[in-house]
Amino acid sequence: MSDRKYELVYVMKPDATEAEVAEQQAQIEAIIARVGGTLEKTDAWGRRKLAYDIGDHKEGFYILHAIAGSGELMKEIDRRLRNTEGLLRHLIVRVDEHDRKAERAKTARVEDSRRRRVARGLPPDRQPGEGPQAQDGDDDDRDGFDPTEA
Amino acid sequence: MAFAKKTGPAGKGRGRGAKATGDKKDGQRRGMFRRRKVCKFCAERIDDINYKDVRVLSGFVPERGKVLPRRISGTCALHQRKLRTAIMRARQIALLPYVID
Repeated sequence: MSDRKYELVYVMKPDATEAEVAEQQAQIEAIIARVGGTLEKTDAWGRRKLAYDIGDHKEGFYILHAIAGSGELMKEIDRRLRNTEGLLRHLIVRVDEHDRKAERAKTARVEDSRRRRVARGLPPDRQPGEGPQAQDGDDDDRDGFDPTEA
Repeated sequence: MAFAKKTGPAGKGRGRGAKATGDKKDGQRRGMFRRRKVCKFCAERIDDINYKDVRVLSGFVPERGKVLPRRISGTCALHQRKLRTAIMRARQIALLPYVID
């Protein structure tokens, strides 16, 4: 079973010290090392206002990890985070399928536009001097009045 | 393709002239010249509706905190579905509200 890609976001209490944050990260790394997997990215968003109060807190300290590993690993991390003090929220999302779909949609669209351009007798990619197409770009003024649609 | 949005003067002239009068009439003749709604994600070619993009998502969560319905936003079914999961995820980690009262 090849590794799946996950994202883990957790929200620590805003008064967490740097040492506490570092310790939390070390704990997660330890689990990853033990069960097997790789920590691909760590991104601290820092303090953010919460959209709703959690307990007495109006702010939280957000940290994002991108992890490649098995479902078992994420289960273990989830279990551990549930029982962690000082954590307001956490969320684990599997992202590989999602990314793949987005990628596929993008390539499909690019190919489609190239095919249509070729069908119109144009080179497949947009030329630098080419003007905007009429039907695109019509949307940027939302309340615009278009007599053709009346 | 990104610069397709910048409409040249030729493309816009037609719409601009009529705009002022069109706006005024709107109050009396509601629904007559309703603008065709376009899915934002199709139009701007956003493939990845991500729970982390609070700026994008918050546009679809009006004051009350509910998800803006398709009939109002004009989002297509595919993207509304993705939008919904993204909003639900964002709510879990307090990036977006469940309710505002």
